[in-house]
Amino acid sequence: MSFFGLDCVRKKEREVERKIRANDREYNSTFKYATNSIKTSKYNPFTFLPLNLFEQFQRIANAYFLILLILQVIPAISSLSWFTTVVPLVLVLSVTAAKDAIDDINRHRSDRKVNNRKVNILINGKLTSDKWMNVQVGDIIKLENNQFVTADLLLLSSSEPLNLVYIETAELDGETNLKVKQSLTVTGDMGEDLGALGSFNGEVCCEPPNNRLDRFTGTLTFDTQKHSLDNERVLLRGCTLRNTDWCFGLVLFAGPETKLMQNCGKSTFKRTSIDRLMNVLVLFIFGLLALMCIILAVGNGIWENQTGSEFNNFLPREENTAFSAFLTFWSYIIILNTVVPISLYVSMEVIRLGNSYYINWDRNMYHARSDTPAEARTTTLNEELGQIKYVFSDKTGTLTQNIMTFNKCSINGKSYGDVYQQYSGERLEITEETTPVDFSFNPLADPKFLFYDHSLIEAVKLELPDVQAFFRLLALCHTVMAEEKKEGHLVYQAQSPDEGALVTAARNFGFVFRSRSPETITIEEMGMQRSYELLAILDFNNVRKRMSVIVRSPEGKLSLYCKGADTIIYERLHPSCRKLMEATTDHLNEFAGEGLRTLVLAYKNIDEDYFSEWKQRHHESSVALEDREEKLDELYEEIEKNMMLIGATAIEDKLQDGVALTIEQLAKAEIKIWVLTGDKQETAENIGYSCNLLREEMNDVFTVAAHSPEEVRQELRDARLKMKPSTEPNKFLVPEVILGNTPKLVQDESVEGEYGLVINGHSLAFALESGMELEFLRTACMCKTVICCRVTPLQKAQVVELVKKYKKAVTLAIGDGANDVSMIKAAHIGVGISGQEGMQAVLSSDFSFAQFRFLQRLLLVHGRWSYLRMCKFLRYFFYKNFTFTFVHFWYAFFCGFSAQTVYDEGFITLYNLVYTALPVLGMSLFDQDVNAGWSLEFPQLYVPGQLSQYFSKRAFMMCVLHSCYSSLMIFFVPYAATYDTARADGTEGADYQSFALITQTCLTVTVCVQLGLDLSYWTVVNHLFVWGSLGMFFILTFTMYTDGLFRIRPSSFAFVGTARNCLNQPNVWLTVALTALLCVLPVVAHRFFSCQIAPTINDKVRNKMREMKEPAPRPRHPRLTRRSTRRSGYAFSHAQGYGDLVTSRRFLRRPATSRSTAFNSAGRSPGFKPTGRSAGYSPVGREQNPKQKVEPTSLQKFRTVIDSSF
Amino acid sequence: MKNEGESSERPDNTAFTQQRLPAWQPILSAGIVIPGFLIIGLAFIGIGIGLFLTSQTIQVLEGPVFFYYGLSNYYQNFRKYGVSTDYYQLSGDTQYFKSPQDSCSPYSYDSQNKPIVPCGAIANSFFNDTFELYQIINGTKKLVPLDGKGIAWWTDYNIKYRNPTLVNGSLANAFDGTSKPLNWPRPAYELDLTDQNNNGFLNQDFLVWMRRAALPQFRKLYRRITEGDYAAGLPAGNYSLTVHYNYQVLNFDGQKKIIFSNVSWMGGKNDFLGIAYLVVGSLCVVMSVVMLIVYAKFKFSEDDV
Repeated sequence: MSFFGLDCVRKKEREVERKIRANDREYNSTFKYATNSIKTSKYNPFTFLPLNLFEQFQRIANAYFLILLILQVIPAISSLSWFTTVVPLVLVLSVTAAKDAIDDINRHRSDRKVNNRKVNILINGKLTSDKWMNVQVGDIIKLENNQFVTADLLLLSSSEPLNLVYIETAELDGETNLKVKQSLTVTGDMGEDLGALGSFNGEVCCEPPNNRLDRFTGTLTFDTQKHSLDNERVLLRGCTLRNTDWCFGLVLFAGPETKLMQNCGKSTFKRTSIDRLMNVLVLFIFGLLALMCIILAVGNGIWENQTGSEFNNFLPREENTAFSAFLTFWSYIIILNTVVPISLYVSMEVIRLGNSYYINWDRNMYHARSDTPAEARTTTLNEELGQIKYVFSDKTGTLTQNIMTFNKCSINGKSYGDVYQQYSGERLEITEETTPVDFSFNPLADPKFLFYDHSLIEAVKLELPDVQAFFRLLALCHTVMAEEKKEGHLVYQAQSPDEGALVTAARNFGFVFRSRSPETITIEEMGMQRSYELLAILDFNNVRKRMSVIVRSPEGKLSLYCKGADTIIYERLHPSCRKLMEATTDHLNEFAGEGLRTLVLAYKNIDEDYFSEWKQRHHESSVALEDREEKLDELYEEIEKNMMLIGATAIEDKLQDGVALTIEQLAKAEIKIWVLTGDKQETAENIGYSCNLLREEMNDVFTVAAHSPEEVRQELRDARLKMKPSTEPNKFLVPEVILGNTPKLVQDESVEGEYGLVINGHSLAFALESGMELEFLRTACMCKTVICCRVTPLQKAQVVELVKKYKKAVTLAIGDGANDVSMIKAAHIGVGISGQEGMQAVLSSDFSFAQFRFLQRLLLVHGRWSYLRMCKFLRYFFYKNFTFTFVHFWYAFFCGFSAQTVYDEGFITLYNLVYTALPVLGMSLFDQDVNAGWSLEFPQLYVPGQLSQYFSKRAFMMCVLHSCYSSLMIFFVPYAATYDTARADGTEGADYQSFALITQTCLTVTVCVQLGLDLSYWTVVNHLFVWGSLGMFFILTFTMYTDGLFRIRPSSFAFVGTARNCLNQPNVWLTVALTALLCVLPVVAHRFFSCQIAPTINDKVRNKMREMKEPAPRPRHPRLTRRSTRRSGYAFSHAQGYGDLVTSRRFLRRPATSRSTAFNSAGRSPGFKPTGRSAGYSPVGREQNPKQKVEPTSLQKFRTVIDSSF
Repeated sequence: MKNEGESSERPDNTAFTQQRLPAWQPILSAGIVIPGFLIIGLAFIGIGIGLFLTSQTIQVLEGPVFFYYGLSNYYQNFRKYGVSTDYYQLSGDTQYFKSPQDSCSPYSYDSQNKPIVPCGAIANSFFNDTFELYQIINGTKKLVPLDGKGIAWWTDYNIKYRNPTLVNGSLANAFDGTSKPLNWPRPAYELDLTDQNNNGFLNQDFLVWMRRAALPQFRKLYRRITEGDYAAGLPAGNYSLTVHYNYQVLNFDGQKKIIFSNVSWMGGKNDFLGIAYLVVGSLCVVMSVVMLIVYAKFKFSEDDV
């Protein structure tokens, strides 16, 4: 490990090709590949102090105070005591340093933990257990079941038949189903033979490290033969080995070069847009400060020249006017430094912290079922929550629960699933009180399955042939594996939850799928065991959008059962079904309207002779060397014809609670929601419809699914032209003026009507290339909704980065899995869904909570308030400090530009610290323009935040002008009022000390009244703070001006007696009252007029709230009525896969010994859940749920043996 | 659903944590703003008239009359001038008689390197003109008695400034080993030759001078006319003023003035407050009328939210 972590800087020239020789560390080490140790920490004990201080002083404010401090210790210019700066500075620096240190210690700890995990490495033909960090490229390692994959490996051999291994990639791409990888036969043959493996000297030549998870190219040269390698042979770090006893792998990429780590976006320190604006403003303030000081210095020069030199009799001074002016410049820098008060940054942190606690404390964001409260993990980003313009959401686990339920069906033209009122016939809403169907007659029923329509079970019991056929099909036509650990305790392993849900439904209605062999499917039909001979599986693929099985019933009847997308099946139905088709179509529309995923079921009886002839041709095609796929497709097409319609199923992909309502609310708040999912297009689209992202009313939903850059560009352009026919090609780019490093911004373009855009991962990859990204962004931003499917984690981050780069908008990413981590890190705000198994997303998030629906409260209530409070705080804070400071400026013209402060030094010290700190803090912790209920009732209230209306450069300039005016009043009203006057007893009334006290009082009272005006929510605490601070001013003023303190230190408390001699004068109070009102009344008038003439949304809502004396709008639960005629293409969310394994010409048989342990049934709630979205692998080392043990799937209960006979 | 007891993570349900603290939510509605402006306006006009009339009454030279001297273009508020004093010394701490604070420089030590007491520029520039006022009655000068007591702040005389402890019953001895400020004709303990108690740091004229002015144009109280025939004011007639000119102002373009004035409950004569109150009050009244018109014209309907 290098000392300063400079190894990243001293990057060696780009690797073009990677060459590895197995078991030859010496050879491999010549290439200097990264080892498997990872480092996410930033400091070590020696570098901490210098590096951390260096980082901290990069903040403009800290550096500024350091310079100020240096100035203050120079006697010639010191106009204020040095400790006024040093105490807060040290405090700020040490708090920040402590926080950074703790963070880094945690990173060190997790690095160490992950680096010290044990794995078996094959060294010199012997397996030795060693730490992960010692694994090197070219090593052969042995992995065991449920272990995390140590590095990116080339799979050599495995315990499973055909050298298969099963891995779970949930942490990589978010997909929950198990994936199969297979090694080359040539390496697989080595098996567990340590000798063979130890002497294995294959050479791998492959691509350099990259972040493409779905692609790998390389070759293995072994025994002079070259074998090509692809993604199928590679196990990636981040996966978990499942259902595989052991496997051996050759390390290809290690540590930081693994695809997982390459996919982990850099974790950067996030700053809010207010922070960035503040940086600009601070520069501006420095400019202002310098300008003021230059003016005063020049003034001093002129004064010294004209007046001062003559005044020398009374005060001999510096003769050189230029030098005097120079010193004056620096003296004024010190005096006027309060324009950038250090307490500003501390206060901002306190406010953010306070507002973060509100998030943690909010009971409305607490999820009772998982006992998870919301958590603000980053406490520096709160106000950004009130400015979100784009929300990037993951789908599975975030929008959906990843639970499928069999909700409705249509059998032979009759719809089942709805519950009706017994007498009126009114349709009832299904609630928790509705009695579910009692499946106790069926000992094999899954108790978690719920169905409410009793007529369906009656139909089954009546043994209606259609209903029976319906469920028989569901029990036969699938690729699910059944496992029966105990008699009657069935567990299904399905590749997609949809399929699982269908088979489970059939099981509960008495058609229990019990087991399968490659040739048979055994089901129990209404208590009767029957074994069907499985003759063929015509598996699903994207084009076919259907799957069929051909079975022979125990009676010897040949049948084909098919399920698939309605449009596809309807084309292949027998003409006699027309009538039924109409009825079923109605039902399908109804189901689709409710957002359910539909499938149409059909069957066909097959003639024995035809089938044997077909089978023969099938065999020929399947061994054909050319166009095998096409030939098979043709054959399938031929047999799936003239089918008889049975009915349709409707499956609900259960959304998380309140998703649709939340999305509606966010849309009203003009937040654009982009869904970025690893799921396939159909599924994503379907969810888009069911959670109201895509709507039937939308003018159009564009789908971009092209295979070449040109096509993608064309499709994007077509879409854009359709939305807005008259778009000038380059007008949408506006040059960014400030901070030149962002060259251009893409402006928002308004579009008539609502559009949606769906783009798949392939096209997205092209669209994100530099030539096309603007085209893509421009089109996408015109749409209300964008759905990107099949995207990799890095693409998710790229999309976020793209929007961040070209849009002046604040982005939020929300997700639950490790595949969302990069996106969460990339977005301005990352939100993790907590309370589930995986913790990856939460760990890298800024905020976390259990349910997507809490997002609306986080943004519309907490975010809005935080933003409002922060802006009010900043406006007021600048106002009060500028006003305070500008008075010095005006006074300079009357005191010979001598850097004489207007106020007493004690007041200067206490003004920010005591007199005005708490009221403004109280405001920024308690203020609400309208309460939470109203905030949610009117999501439009969120819009000003997106437009940064409450605090911007403009608002800041207004502050400056306002302060100018106030400071003029505060200086000149006392000036005029005390001019040539005296106290009521004739003694001195216009001396410096009295004048100082009068202006101090005017200033304190004015800023206090101004605060009262800004404060719209006066709680007890606010009253306490405001009146307390004002009282404190008088108490402390009197205390500081007493004899006691004067005796202790006469030079510091020289104002002795001023308060009692001055504040007993009625004209002083009249002056204070006049000043305060002169400062405040114009503001009141301005606010009144703007509220009357051009009321903002806030004014309107507040007015409405005032008129409705009862300020508690009821929470709404509107039932979303979705009328949609759109239907899913095909409900299954899985890709082609198992079907092959089940039917391929491999003979599967049960293993002699059964590995049995109690299986934790995976489902949690009604519905079907195959393998939980599981276990986190964490690149920063944390085994989230070590308890979870995944058992072998039933698939592996079969040993496969290659058998050429079909 | 778990009950409260089990769920340890559930946040507390308090008005504070749930941000539901009862609160007063004032709104700048027409019902408050318009009458508010009107009331403030009327009140200001009332106060303004009162102030203005009071200020006008001051013109007459009725007793007690105050005698001020005024200086202009004189920067008592210059920072380095202001810090050029030693409060330790002035509170009678003889330790600082030997070594005055650095801030007094260059008026800390005289040419013989003897410490100057009182040190510093303020003390050094002490105004030392003296005045005598005569009423001319039938060609004869009648001295108007001037009262020099109580012209400084009570707190300055009693708290802030103290003479050093007497040495052998003599103030002069306490100043032993120190030098008088350069510009002074006499040392501090001989400032008032007529009144022994009006010497040292507690000399009233010195105290008045040391309370430095806020602005380069200022007046300072010289004497009060409270005695004899003049207690009720200066009767109309001819007066003559004798000025013992010691203090140079011409070399810095300054001016000296003599002002006779009396005071009211609101201090010296100053018309500003009265006029300002009248103007602001009138503007408020006008504004409230404008607001009423705007309100009537623009009153937005509640339905357009």
